[in-house]
Amino acid sequence: MNAPTLIPDFVNRKSFIELDARVRAQSFFDEGTWRELVGPFDRIESPWLAKQGIAPQSDDGCIVIKGKIGGSPAVAIAFEGAFQGGSVGEVSGAKMTAALDLATKDSEAGRPTAAVLLLETGGVRLQEANLGLAAVAEIISSALALRQHAPVITIVAGTVGCFGGMSLVAGVSSYTIMTREARLGLNGPEVIEQESGIDEFDSSDRALIWAIHGGEQRVGMGLADSLVEDDANKIAAAVRDCVHKGVPEKHRTEQVELYRARIAAINTSHQIDPATLRQQWANTKGGVR
Amino acid sequence: MNEQVGLRGRAWFKALTGSDTPNSGDPNSVLATTAAVENESSLFLCVVPDKNSRFPCVRDGQVGLEEAFTLATHVRAIIAEDRDKPREAKRPIIAIIDVKSQAYGRREETAGIFFAAATSADAYASARVAGHPVISLVAGQAFSGGFLTHGYQANRILAFDDAGIVIHAMHKEAAARITRRSVAELEKLGHEIAPMSYDVRDYAKLGLLCKLLHADDPQHPTSSEVAEVRKAITEAIADARNGKLDLSNRWESDAAKTTRRGTLAVRAALEAQWFNE
Repeated sequence: MNAPTLIPDFVNRKSFIELDARVRAQSFFDEGTWRELVGPFDRIESPWLAKQGIAPQSDDGCIVIKGKIGGSPAVAIAFEGAFQGGSVGEVSGAKMTAALDLATKDSEAGRPTAAVLLLETGGVRLQEANLGLAAVAEIISSALALRQHAPVITIVAGTVGCFGGMSLVAGVSSYTIMTREARLGLNGPEVIEQESGIDEFDSSDRALIWAIHGGEQRVGMGLADSLVEDDANKIAAAVRDCVHKGVPEKHRTEQVELYRARIAAINTSHQIDPATLRQQWANTKGGVR
Repeated sequence: MNEQVGLRGRAWFKALTGSDTPNSGDPNSVLATTAAVENESSLFLCVVPDKNSRFPCVRDGQVGLEEAFTLATHVRAIIAEDRDKPREAKRPIIAIIDVKSQAYGRREETAGIFFAAATSADAYASARVAGHPVISLVAGQAFSGGFLTHGYQANRILAFDDAGIVIHAMHKEAAARITRRSVAELEKLGHEIAPMSYDVRDYAKLGLLCKLLHADDPQHPTSSEVAEVRKAITEAIADARNGKLDLSNRWESDAAKTTRRGTLAVRAALEAQWFNE
């Protein structure tokens, strides 16, 4: 009992990042309450990939699990970063929109149903370009509809990050949970380097990437809510917390004036030091949320 | 893309509102004013290039931090002003779109452009849900995060049937690089696979568009073309007022029944399997 031990904590820690999307999505539901919906055996694949010589996947890289979290109805929708970079195509996008819409319908009928979005995604799947982009607009709209009634909780854990249009989905979420390893931003470092040059962003500078897009910075700036260790139990506890908290009094994206003023105060004559900006925002009116 | 982005947007903003000067307090890259459509006061919004922007990566007509927050401010203001009006009296919002993309910059990423863009998308969607008819007129380019920030939450989208109109997730050169294809291969695929096409007529096949309009030269609209567009906007407003407040028209449209069969199959299957304990 309580004898000092030489085994460090991380040995017994159950990594969340090492799980695939399906197991991640299952991991925070109450035991025996969940089922996967429109799973691989329903075989609804992308109709566009085979035409381009790309092997489709029978879940299109998107997993939907319905069940209970801490006794409350909830649905989790997870993007699998290992399939096409977790990209949003027609089918995967429609899965997320439809699940959010059904949760809204239940919520309106008096059964508040939270949604947990696991976003490991580079954004729109370029092989389905315009249907992917349309899907992102529809996901944003459906997430906004649900968050009036029940919390929409985004988890960005790693290793793909959450980029492109899907970063806007994280932006409109009620709560965003991140690990230190996670990254969140609109344009990935490679995209900036390619479009604006290496002087603008050196995508091989890993310290710079995490200083700007990393979980610690995003939570420190108030653009995400909680920084959680890469531990499946701790992430599950954080998700239960958010489900319990319910709908926040005011969503971040409704605080336009606060953030507009913060942008107006930025000196743009040189690149911005992330740590300094974080400090400034934490110390200005409104704090970091 | 041989013409400068934003010129068509500015031309149509001027043609429809009579003005093209930014409001004091706004960046020069955002035009916002109220003007009449069929005797009804409407809010018009447009993002234009600003060669002198203090954010270097938006100078060619990209949508950046200031643009996103400025759009959100104007849209939220009209929602607040019309809060107590019945749905039929909520003023229309007309987004004129000619944007290169979102800003690809380190300053923007550091200050959280993903969140700025989300703020604007939220404002537009909130206006739609509150009952404001939100109409987008694609007058030039509508790329990626730029379009998600400005215009893609509209009830109804109008576009010109012109070779200069490009609605897409990524410009050709970058899309070719990332998918490891040549631009020629990408163009060939676009002809076979509608969602990949850069042609606005193929975009219309996806069921996302309310109507294609015509102007001989969209950068220099004639008065009869302006009258036609004004009529189309008026019809779109009436149509939006009679329709649902969500975006379901986009997958329930006639064109979507053929092109978006995957979307409809997923929605049906998920609804059938959804359960409550």
